[in-house]
Amino acid sequence: MKKYLALILLLLPFLWGCPDTTSHSRGVYMLLDTSGTYKKELKRAEAIINYLLGTLQPGDSMAVARIDSGSFSEKDIVAKMTFDKRPSVANQQKRLFKQKIDDFVQTAKGSAYTDITGGVLQSVEFLNEAGAGQKYILIFSDLKEELVKGQIRNFPIQVDGCNVVALNVTKLRSDNVDPREYYKRVADWRARVEAGGGKWRIVNDLERLENIFEG
Amino acid sequence: MSLTKLLLIWPGSPVLSILIWIVVMVVLLYLARTPAHKAIHSLARVIHNGFRLMARSVMLAEQKLVQRNKEVLLNAGTESVERLIEREFHRVDAVVKRDLSGYPTLHRALSDHATKIDEDYRESSETPPAPPAWVGAVEAVANLPSQGDGTVATILTEIHKTTVSQYKTAMDEHRKSVAERHNLLKKMMPYWRRMAQTLEQVGKTITGLHERARVIDNRMTEYEEIREQTDKAARMLTASSLTQFFISGFVLCIAIGGAVINFNLIALPMSEMVGGGSYIGGFKTANVAALVIILVEVAMGIYLMESLRITRLFPIIGQMDDKMRTRMIWITFSILSVLACVEAALAFMRDQIAADMQALRQSLAAVEATGVAINSWIPTVGQMVMGFVLPFALTFVAIPLESFIQSSRTVLGVITTAILRWLAFFLRLLGNVSHYCGELLVNIYDLFIFPPLWVENLIRDKKHPTEIIVEEEVS
Repeated sequence: MKKYLALILLLLPFLWGCPDTTSHSRGVYMLLDTSGTYKKELKRAEAIINYLLGTLQPGDSMAVARIDSGSFSEKDIVAKMTFDKRPSVANQQKRLFKQKIDDFVQTAKGSAYTDITGGVLQSVEFLNEAGAGQKYILIFSDLKEELVKGQIRNFPIQVDGCNVVALNVTKLRSDNVDPREYYKRVADWRARVEAGGGKWRIVNDLERLENIFEG
Repeated sequence: MSLTKLLLIWPGSPVLSILIWIVVMVVLLYLARTPAHKAIHSLARVIHNGFRLMARSVMLAEQKLVQRNKEVLLNAGTESVERLIEREFHRVDAVVKRDLSGYPTLHRALSDHATKIDEDYRESSETPPAPPAWVGAVEAVANLPSQGDGTVATILTEIHKTTVSQYKTAMDEHRKSVAERHNLLKKMMPYWRRMAQTLEQVGKTITGLHERARVIDNRMTEYEEIREQTDKAARMLTASSLTQFFISGFVLCIAIGGAVINFNLIALPMSEMVGGGSYIGGFKTANVAALVIILVEVAMGIYLMESLRITRLFPIIGQMDDKMRTRMIWITFSILSVLACVEAALAFMRDQIAADMQALRQSLAAVEATGVAINSWIPTVGQMVMGFVLPFALTFVAIPLESFIQSSRTVLGVITTAILRWLAFFLRLLGNVSHYCGELLVNIYDLFIFPPLWVENLIRDKKHPTEIIVEEEVS
């Protein structure tokens, strides 16, 4: 009897641990603004992607998509990958990912429009499908949407459990004339994200990229 | 109507109302003085007795624990001394088997040497040369008066010559025989030396045995003291246990440090085997797997030590027959060796993964690898050696672990006894405090009603003045 009791006690942590289905993996979806002058900022975006590749662990997912006239589409995804559980294979995948990004940066063409909302909706779909425990949507943009005539994007977005991080939000020429425009733009996005159940954060200092995964 | 208005007996004059209330309260308290005193005393007594009872129970528990600790300690001490005495007897047995088993041969050799020496000695004994029989005749002839007779003188001269030549011959023979005896005595020397060496060996063995006997005597005295359950023995064993506790605790800390290093060595490559992204109850599966491997190594080490009868944590292993035990030794040793090889391989893999990650980081940071890799095989080999050696090093954890477990029983007992003693003291203190608090409350009660008490005393003094005078005289 005592032997069985000891065996049960020994196996208890494992029995208790087995039903843990919580996903500990991270999913990162990065949206790159390629409109107008922002195309020149792609080198910076590449540095951020490299940092992310160095930080993400085996089992994590990552995707990079460009923002253009209609971003609610898989066609805009530049590269997406769920890294293998084995570190050696994951490292190979990261090298491949980097290669794709390098090629994209070399050949990227500027877009006349900026459909951020469509990109965010696409990223939520990807992150949910990837089954990531921690979801991050990184928006590398000035947050100014320029939509094609007829596109409908002024509706609430659902970003439950997502951390939406705006990166390198540059001030436009018009912002310099009236800074309230910049603050309004940021505040609008914050309101939209928080209303959709997400968390909003801005990281403009690209020397402190570790802030992306904080909080 | 509010409570304030109700309490205001004299409308418009609150001070007067308060005074009236105080008077009423004092009178009521005076009337209820005796039952109130009894109630306070009862309450104080109940609390006091309750605490004393609790303190008594705690003290009884403490005494039982002390007794139990002493029993455990003495039993452990008895077992330990028995083990030491057994070991000493084994040593004596080994010495007797090794040295004294050859005693008959030794004795025979000594007898042979003694016989040889005896024979040689006899042969070397000096026999005085027998005096020649004709010496008397020569003396008689020599004493004859020559009276100038030439013939007689010639005869005497001849006799003298013959005597001198005989003397020379006898002396030569004597010298020859003395030289022979000396030669015989010279031959005896090696026999003496051999005999002295043999006796010296016997002496050493006997001295060693004598020392062992003295150690056994000391152990036996200690054993008798423990068997008699003397306080001195208990104190000695307690001190010994405390020392063991701290020393084994220190060694265990070192072992834990080794285990942590071992863990870090194999946790990363484990992710290559079980996956880096899976979790068990909030912990990475790779980390859990690495921990399990280390724990299995420790467990195998404990079994190995048990099988070798170095430790006695599992009596069932120690009681196994020798054949089974030997099998167990080989099985545990084989598992340990396999695990050590696995760890060495994992350590090698760790180095490879770390190098790959470093290369990836450099390519991501767009930094070219600078400098020359100086002896890059040294850390690889070092890690592999560590991975191979640490499992075997962890095997020896069983020894301090046994000491720690055994001594912790005593230490825990001592600590619990001290806690119980302090608890009993604290409870008794609380009991006494509650008793004196009751007295204090009674005095405070009387302080509130001092005017009627003062009046009562005055009346009593007038009624019985003599009693007070007598009381004062007595006091």
